Amino acid sequence: MTQAAIQLKGISKAFGTVQANRDINISVAKGTIHGIIGENGAGKSTLMSILYGFYKADAGQIFINGQPTLIPDSQAAIRAGIGMVFQHFKLVQNFTVLENVILGAEDGPLLNASLTKARKVLMELSREYELDVHPDALIQDLSVGHQQRVEILKALYRQADILILDEPTGVLTPDEADHLFRILRGLKAQGKTIILITHKLREIMETTDNVSVMRRGTMVDTVKTTESTPESLAELMVGRKVLLEVEKKPATPGEVVLSVQDLHMRDEHGVERLKGISFDIRAGEILGIAGVSGNGQSELLEALGGFGAATGVITLKGQVLPLSGPQANGQSRREAGIAHVPEDRQHLGLIMDFAAWENTAFGYHNDAKYQKNRLFMDNEALRADTAAKMATFDVRPPIPALAAKHFSGGNQQKLVVAREIEQDPDLLLIGQPTRGVDIGAIEFIHKQIVALRDAGKAVLLVSVELDEILSLSDRIAVMFDGQIMGFADPETTNERALGLMMAGVAGKA
Amino acid sequence: MDYDTLMQILGSTVRLGTPLLLACLAGLFSERSGVFDIGLEGKMLAAAMAAATVAFMTGSAWIGLGAGIVASLLFSALHGLASITFKGNQLISGVALNFLASGLTVLIAQALFKQGGRTPALAGDARFNPIDLPFAEALKDLPLLGPLYAQVISGHSILVYAAFAAVPLSWWLLNRTRFGLRLRAAGENPAALDTAGVSVVRMRYAALFITGVLCGLAGAYMATALQAGFGREMTAGRGYIALAALIFAKWRALPALGATMLFGFFQALALRPDVVEAVTHVKISGSFLDALPYILTVIAVAGFIGKSIPPRAGGEPYVKER
Repeated sequence: MTQAAIQLKGISKAFGTVQANRDINISVAKGTIHGIIGENGAGKSTLMSILYGFYKADAGQIFINGQPTLIPDSQAAIRAGIGMVFQHFKLVQNFTVLENVILGAEDGPLLNASLTKARKVLMELSREYELDVHPDALIQDLSVGHQQRVEILKALYRQADILILDEPTGVLTPDEADHLFRILRGLKAQGKTIILITHKLREIMETTDNVSVMRRGTMVDTVKTTESTPESLAELMVGRKVLLEVEKKPATPGEVVLSVQDLHMRDEHGVERLKGISFDIRAGEILGIAGVSGNGQSELLEALGGFGAATGVITLKGQVLPLSGPQANGQSRREAGIAHVPEDRQHLGLIMDFAAWENTAFGYHNDAKYQKNRLFMDNEALRADTAAKMATFDVRPPIPALAAKHFSGGNQQKLVVAREIEQDPDLLLIGQPTRGVDIGAIEFIHKQIVALRDAGKAVLLVSVELDEILSLSDRIAVMFDGQIMGFADPETTNERALGLMMAGVAGKA
Repeated sequence: MDYDTLMQILGSTVRLGTPLLLACLAGLFSERSGVFDIGLEGKMLAAAMAAATVAFMTGSAWIGLGAGIVASLLFSALHGLASITFKGNQLISGVALNFLASGLTVLIAQALFKQGGRTPALAGDARFNPIDLPFAEALKDLPLLGPLYAQVISGHSILVYAAFAAVPLSWWLLNRTRFGLRLRAAGENPAALDTAGVSVVRMRYAALFITGVLCGLAGAYMATALQAGFGREMTAGRGYIALAALIFAKWRALPALGATMLFGFFQALALRPDVVEAVTHVKISGSFLDALPYILTVIAVAGFIGKSIPPRAGGEPYVKER
């Protein structure tokens, strides 16, 4: 066996009473791509933060290339040859690429020499690894994919031999993700060691040599990727058998619930974001909207959800709903029977500082059942209501008084889904239902969506995860540049065909 | 209005604009590093009192200046302690320091001199006196350029020239040095700086140090050059006008010069209601001219000078997180 680039022995870390890492042992072979998977809160990020000097471990030892190494701060990690690409990029938005790359690694008190040198090094690196970005571009003008390349360049400029990437594909299009993996393979070919933290099993299977699985702060197992399957890894992660495929009966679509005709919408800059969208959704049907993020899906949800002025005609069960003006708002939409789980739950779905029992009533807080009398709300009823929802939707911990921000991503999403589904809507709008949600909760939320459909309701599902669209939808619409490129049947289509439509290449299917 | 009057007003603009300029540059360093400093006013006031007191006691304006800077630095350190180390709210810390300065300066001056919170009048070497640049007297009678040189450019105290020199120096420091790059990064995205292995806390303290020195200069200038001694609330809101100028200048050094001189010009006009009336043929109240900087800033912030974007991480204590 080749020498280990990184070896961790007995790493433990506690935050208060929470044991985030418990006696972690792991060995990462030099020149390999090593995956680390686990559910949210399993301790992956904590472990990597210890390796990068962000946190200090309570116990344990770190060996870099066989040498015991102390990493008290990020500077020490950089000196030890470790580079980190965070999930949320650490870039200065109004600095140029060059300035971001040299920040903290300048050669002297004056910038000019460093900038000249960095420009040369960057040119070489971009030739070598397909990492082209314009050195003088401002970060704020770059796409997320390019911003990520800057993060990688930053690490390489500091001569990192070990590169850690935390959930790198969460914000990328499928194409950008493929490009990233090509870059990673190129780096591996040059002898670099790469640690890939992700919750996407497919990425693990496609790119890694070895994979370590974490669960509740412990390292469950490390296996060769070729000797494992997605099912076996998922089972290790969750600790029980998980259904990766959604089980559902064939749809029995009924009457048209929502009819959308010629929907147009402009953003605040006057740019047309929706260019004449028309479709119907029937009762007992899940319509999936596929597309690369930013092609009008968010605007579609805004228009239908009642918080963005649009033109066109939308009809819910024969009743025309207003698309602009004071009558077009989330409250009136909910009264009409449209529930909405927004894409960005932390900004639009929840008030993070408010308690769960307050959050599970928002949008419905004027309902008669929540009022004690004309002046006061019935807080007891609200709390009881939340406790019941928490039990039904398996929200953990089941504490209605806890602020929304103290729940994990998956449990936050369950709170929102519980609020919207329990109102028994005619139509559910649901955007990115499982973004940042762990596998166990994904399975649960998918089941709830299918159950709602089986109860004869209509569901509009917007997701950038093709897997999710393919496994949940009864019918797929692909959006590109504010238009619907075409519809597809999930039984007969495949990722390639959808991908072509998502790129705007193929016409109506 | 004749040419000579105009030159007088412009000369007065430079004198009145200087404390605004120094305070504005002080705010520039602090805010570009991500620490909002509403306490410029308090620091100037503390520095003015300390400078006047020590200058009177020692008879040296220079030692007074040193004392002013030390007083201002102490306030800066308090602000840093509250808002950087203990991650308190920067605005509240700043306001608190302003109140502290407002009360403490009068208290100390009264305890020392028993003159109703004033310090005794300064004279001779206890003040920074005007410097006549070479040939000012000789060139005085040259048409147009002569009065400009003699009245507007020459005849100010050394601190005025220091303030003007600080403008290009600040620009260079912020934009052309490692220190400036890191300082700006601390104000835009401290996490980026932290993960690059540089201490955000240290950068922000360094910025506050510069802020303290510049506010010390501004306060000492008020008490030992512009006027001859310290008086209760003598800074009269200049710290706030400097903040307004900073917004007007979009947090950049060179425009800060233009903004503070414009606001200084209004202050100079407010002192000459006769001229204003002669030119406009309308009686304009001096308080309206005093209010103009604020009115202009509101217009500026409303978007008439284009977008004025504050440092993105401004106002927020840096908390390490993944």
